[in-house]
Amino acid sequence: MSSDGSLVGTPADAISSGFPEAGPPRFASIGDVRSGLAGVDYLADDGISGVVYLADRLAKPVLVEGPAGTGKTELAKSVARVTGSRLIRLQCYEGLDESKALYEWNYKKQLLRIQADAGRSWEQLEEDIFSEDFLLTRPLLEAIRSTEPVVLLVDEVDRLELETEALLLEVLSEYQVSIPELGTVRAHQIPLVFLTSNATRELSEALKRRCLYLHIDYPDLERERSIIETRVPGISQALADQVARIVRSIRTLELKKAPSVSETLDWARTLVVLGIASVDVDQARDTLHILLKYRSDIERAEKELAGVESPD
Amino acid sequence: MLDLLTGFIAELRAAGIPVSLTEHLDAAETLRHVPLEDREALKYTLGASLVKSSTHWPAYETAFEIYFALRGPEFRIDADGADGDGERSERTTDTGADDLPGQGGRHGRGQGGGGEGMTAEEIADLLYQALLGANRSLVAAVARQAVSRYAGMEAGRPVGGTYYLYRTLRNLDLDKVLDRLVEASRQSAAAHGEVDGGGDGAGVPLTALEERLLRDEYQARIDQLRKEIEAEIRRRLVEDRGSEALARSIRKPLPEDIDVMHATRDELGALRRSLQPLSRKLAVRLARKRRHGRKGALDFRATVRHSLSTGGVPVEPKFRYPRPAKPEIVVIADISGSVASFARFTLHLVHAISAQFSKVRSFVFIDGVDEVTEYFDGVDDPAEAVHRINTEADVVWVDGHSDYGHALTVFWERWGEELTPRTSVLLLGDARNNYHASAAWVVKELRARARHVYWLNPEPRAYWNSGDSIVGEYANFCDEVVECRTLRQLERFVGELA
Ligand SMILES: Nc1ncnc2c1ncn2[C@@H]1O[C@H](COP(=O)(O)OP(=O)(O)OP(=O)(O)O)[C@@H](O)[C@H]1O
Ligand SMILES: [Mg+2]
Repeated sequence: MSSDGSLVGTPADAISSGFPEAGPPRFASIGDVRSGLAGVDYLADDGISGVVYLADRLAKPVLVEGPAGTGKTELAKSVARVTGSRLIRLQCYEGLDESKALYEWNYKKQLLRIQADAGRSWEQLEEDIFSEDFLLTRPLLEAIRSTEPVVLLVDEVDRLELETEALLLEVLSEYQVSIPELGTVRAHQIPLVFLTSNATRELSEALKRRCLYLHIDYPDLERERSIIETRVPGISQALADQVARIVRSIRTLELKKAPSVSETLDWARTLVVLGIASVDVDQARDTLHILLKYRSDIERAEKELAGVESPD
Repeated sequence: MLDLLTGFIAELRAAGIPVSLTEHLDAAETLRHVPLEDREALKYTLGASLVKSSTHWPAYETAFEIYFALRGPEFRIDADGADGDGERSERTTDTGADDLPGQGGRHGRGQGGGGEGMTAEEIADLLYQALLGANRSLVAAVARQAVSRYAGMEAGRPVGGTYYLYRTLRNLDLDKVLDRLVEASRQSAAAHGEVDGGGDGAGVPLTALEERLLRDEYQARIDQLRKEIEAEIRRRLVEDRGSEALARSIRKPLPEDIDVMHATRDELGALRRSLQPLSRKLAVRLARKRRHGRKGALDFRATVRHSLSTGGVPVEPKFRYPRPAKPEIVVIADISGSVASFARFTLHLVHAISAQFSKVRSFVFIDGVDEVTEYFDGVDDPAEAVHRINTEADVVWVDGHSDYGHALTVFWERWGEELTPRTSVLLLGDARNNYHASAAWVVKELRARARHVYWLNPEPRAYWNSGDSIVGEYANFCDEVVECRTLRQLERFVGELA
């Protein structure tokens, strides 16, 4: 996903001075964000569209938190699509380090060159092998040196180790990276940056201060219904409405894991495939495992939907 | 405007939401890009710099409403008209609707007055219609009427909004309204198959599923009404007392600062919801501490052994990691009514981080005592086990009122010998013993056998040893008695224990 764009800017012309330009605004208004996103089938609420608009105006990264499957990752992708930007994604995991996030020297290639040019002086060689051709660019550097507009998605940032988080923070504050052998690479423009998190751990205060914060919760009834209608081909309005209502009711129960938007969509698609026009209790019961993942949750929901009063 | 923002931020800080200077500046910058009149947009965009944790959002929203949403001439009310007999009609001429597009719905139909205050029957009827038809502006209008008739607000009275809310809601009797709405739909479905837009055939009774969905729909509308009522009350309070004073008196505590023993039902819900992420974070933090915190001495033999694979060159030194014995925890918790929630949260938290201990055993008591350790075996959500404990544990001996003395004595007889010098004992409760004998000698014995004995008391320190609280008698034999009124205090204690 990250290496298809060619490296247009050489480090030399990236080495300009000063903080990068914020660039012209990408959206005219908050309404513009909302309708733009709707145009690529992403349905935003007031919070989402407001914060995206602000992130563009203030040129600040957005930290997006919320339960699983509520459209955090999809938001970044959709914003890239609306703005015609290239999406560069850094998928975080425990153990991700600088060499995978920023850049790394291509040792194998360097070694081959050293062997091939055995006769040359070390000074010459060094200059040679620590040049552009031997650099493996990773997503953060990629985003910074890109000359085309970029949306940078740092996905599941809560999985990073603290040290790597610090590195990320540095990049997001300066929008520049210094490579000792090459010099400093500055961004041509400030990319729109989204960091997503499932809040499995508390991020550092410094990172939170640097970012705008957006909490995406489960959508309300109307928005979920529209999401279903846009994302599930061939679904009737009546069924979309019923699905959204059942999901809303299920979410009010005390569950280990409430159904996410992606699970709602999976369920709706299944119903369409099964040719169900209107869900009854038995059909709901037979397909509930698509919506809920834990045995105990399924049992709970079955009971509730069948009209058995809960103990509390 | 910037002054207003500064006051607002001061209020957020006072409510416990940390706002740094950078964030203050970002918020100020936001005002340059987002139109002030768009209150919803303003709320979310300001919130993006000022609130960095979703559990702080309700407190933020309340403060925002007081500082921003309720400003403007359209919210003016007159003091004498507020006492149950309706409002002056100028107020209802909807001048504010254009200024506040975000809240247009509240002013939609101008039903808010009609001047002459409605009778109870008229209000009830309007309420029913508004909820049945999901008419938002009508709902808002009913909210205004209900507050002016029932809340009995008086200018200058220093009571908080909850008092007025309670009075209003009691008169509206929303539970009954809900039943009535469901019943009406049930009958109308049976009569002509019209189910809230979705019915087809004629005369088909509602299925259980349909009825459930309908009930939840009406419930959602009622929740909306409640919000409108709260907003209306606050609006009037702002008018009466001004933002600053009001914000101070109705400030919502953050979930981690809520007094567990005196939490309302809503607050308990918020607490329960924040417990899961809190314990998860605590577990990760502690695991990290264990993994990184200790660099040991060089392990010479391991280094040499390892160097064999690199032809004898010791490229990678090996360290000996000290493995401090993990403590063993025994929790003995009072789960009688007054402290039940506190016990639940503590058991949940301790078991959520049980990986940090070599063993966790849990006992619960009221006047009898029972071991509940196995309830937690193999469940990945402690909340579930806690739920079972409440319904299944055998803890009532005589009358179901706390008897610490008896419970401790029985504990000592049955399990006392199993404590070891590695055990830390946590005693949980308010030590309100209903004037029974204390049996404090048991705690002394526990202390002699175990490594530590801590007492966690959910009551404010000032109440200790008053009335039938005898925590002092036990304190003599404990390493420490810790005040644990809030999740924040509880988390701190448990974190230090591991
Ligand atoms: N507002 C929305 N509009 C349209 N589709 C949405 C919306 N929100 C979620 N979806 C759908 O839900 C799916 C899941 O969203 P996504 O993968 O972005 O979730 P996530 O929040 O990143 O979850 P996780 O925390 O598990 O990574 C998307 O593929 C999309 O189809
Ligand atoms: Mg994701």
